[in-house]
Amino acid sequence: MLIYILKRLVYVTPVAIGVSIVCFLLVHITPGDPLTAILPSDATQELQDQMRAAYGFDKPLPVQYLLWFWKVVHGDLGTSLATGRPVASEVGRAVGNTLILAATATLIGFTFGTFFGFVAGYFRDSWLDKLASAISVLGVSVPHYWLGLVLVIIFSAQLGWLPPTGAGPDGSVAWRPDPEHLRHLILPAITMSVIPMGVIARTVRALVGDILSQEFIQALRAKGLGEYGVFKHVVINSAPTALTIMGLQLGYLLGGSILVETVFSWPGTGFLLNAAIFQRDLPLLQGTILVLAMFFVLLNLIVDVVQTTLDPRIQRT
Amino acid sequence: MALAAADTALPESRRMGRGYWADVGRRLMRDPVAVTAACVILLIVLAAILAPLVAPADPYKGSMIRRLKPILDANYLLGSDELGRDMLTRLIYGGRLSLFMGVLPVVSAFLIGSSIGIFAGYVGGWVNTLIMRTIDVFYAFPSVLLAIALSGALGAGILNAIVSLTIVFIPLISRVAEAVTTQIRTRDYVEAARVSGAGPLTIIRVHVLGNVLGPIFVYATSLISVSMILASGLSFLGLGSKPPEPEWGLMLNTLRTAIYVQPLVAALPGAMIFITSISFNLLSDGLRSAMEVKQ
Repeated sequence: MLIYILKRLVYVTPVAIGVSIVCFLLVHITPGDPLTAILPSDATQELQDQMRAAYGFDKPLPVQYLLWFWKVVHGDLGTSLATGRPVASEVGRAVGNTLILAATATLIGFTFGTFFGFVAGYFRDSWLDKLASAISVLGVSVPHYWLGLVLVIIFSAQLGWLPPTGAGPDGSVAWRPDPEHLRHLILPAITMSVIPMGVIARTVRALVGDILSQEFIQALRAKGLGEYGVFKHVVINSAPTALTIMGLQLGYLLGGSILVETVFSWPGTGFLLNAAIFQRDLPLLQGTILVLAMFFVLLNLIVDVVQTTLDPRIQRT
Repeated sequence: MALAAADTALPESRRMGRGYWADVGRRLMRDPVAVTAACVILLIVLAAILAPLVAPADPYKGSMIRRLKPILDANYLLGSDELGRDMLTRLIYGGRLSLFMGVLPVVSAFLIGSSIGIFAGYVGGWVNTLIMRTIDVFYAFPSVLLAIALSGALGAGILNAIVSLTIVFIPLISRVAEAVTTQIRTRDYVEAARVSGAGPLTIIRVHVLGNVLGPIFVYATSLISVSMILASGLSFLGLGSKPPEPEWGLMLNTLRTAIYVQPLVAALPGAMIFITSISFNLLSDGLRSAMEVKQ
């Protein structure tokens, strides 16, 4: 087991370094260099050169990368051009809000997704299966930013039940577990949960169908095991894969929350990215993306390890 | 998405000749859901192409006194937008850019990604390892994040959005292509062909392409739905098309202010994205089962 974890770590390290290189290069694929975005267009050549030297943009790319990387591993993600505050603290504040939103959405999606998936897998080709499958296709095909708007139209504009934007009352930027903040969480979390719901329902349906058609289930039934006992076996056998998908979906939601956060003005990383893009705040853009991507890499690693712990068959192959 | 990639298995290995595709077509025609989806897509595509002929009005011409009219208004069948432009017309014209921005990235990623994947799978060895580890790095980004990061860095614009989405899809398609090619390369009949003197190009053309393109094609069609949602999403964020160009994602964004006045009209552009995306998904599902590619 320990050897397996070490192996995974050895494998993940080059990927993580690759991710950091991509994030670093992001800033450099912009036309000109990152400074053109903030310098006035009539800046003298001398001033430009000075700034370039001050920010280290006059050095060759690999050297710049190493300097940047050195700072990053020491927790320094640079300074935001728009606010002048350290990027690390800006991202740190936003990431908590996104995590709350994404985790709630994943939980909702997982609950309903496994439910629909089990129903569909157990009653293959019945109308229940068709209904559950239809719901899962809807889940993966709906543009979630549009669904968010539709929910706002229904529950905020028409019925007036739930707040349309923000994470809490009076433009609160830090989510707290109180009733008012909870009310703000409902619509964005439901909006975000449809994708994991659809994906998990599809996977679980296929899994359950697969497990039910295996010989050991027949053997269990032949032995006289009741339906509930068989059901327990199906759950145990489908759990590792279902949990893996759930972990990955959490990662996708963390990185993909920008559209939903924009619709609901949710003060998370997506909102931060949006601001960074439109103010051409490249250090902020770079830092936010690096943090989110590293989260995803880490989550993948955890999911892998957990799956292997739950299902020892994987390790042997 | 990553899931479908990993599980795409081969149909029993046989060449996908003309007879095979005719079979697929026949099976697809017997699937009522897939046929309906195909008809909806055809209708939207035709309307977009023939927009100047079928649209009732000018997509750019507004009217300051007839803003935000409701659906079934005397002058506007589907209402008017925040600048008094005919919604039906703009939805029809909007299909042009939305479809273009949604489909083109998948087509280019299909061409580039399958070339990379087939090459890596066929060559094998350290070249394969190098290519696939690089692909893994891009795989380590959630697709939405990578798309927004790239187009955010490149700057707003239709071309930049298409380039970003293409880069997002290349690793996904390469992985499927590489997995399938590696599987085929070790088959006995490929070995037999090699021993009997067939060159690498012949083997790739006859044995590899013949067996590999089907699964990759099905996988690529399943990406169109995602691509449509992401492309319109980029425009929704202001990273794709620019006003006054009609495009569904952008229209959805500019109509956000109208959700208290004309909620139904404001929801229309998103409904178009939804209908198109779900049709592509259903057609792709139908194609998958018609081709007997196991899910």
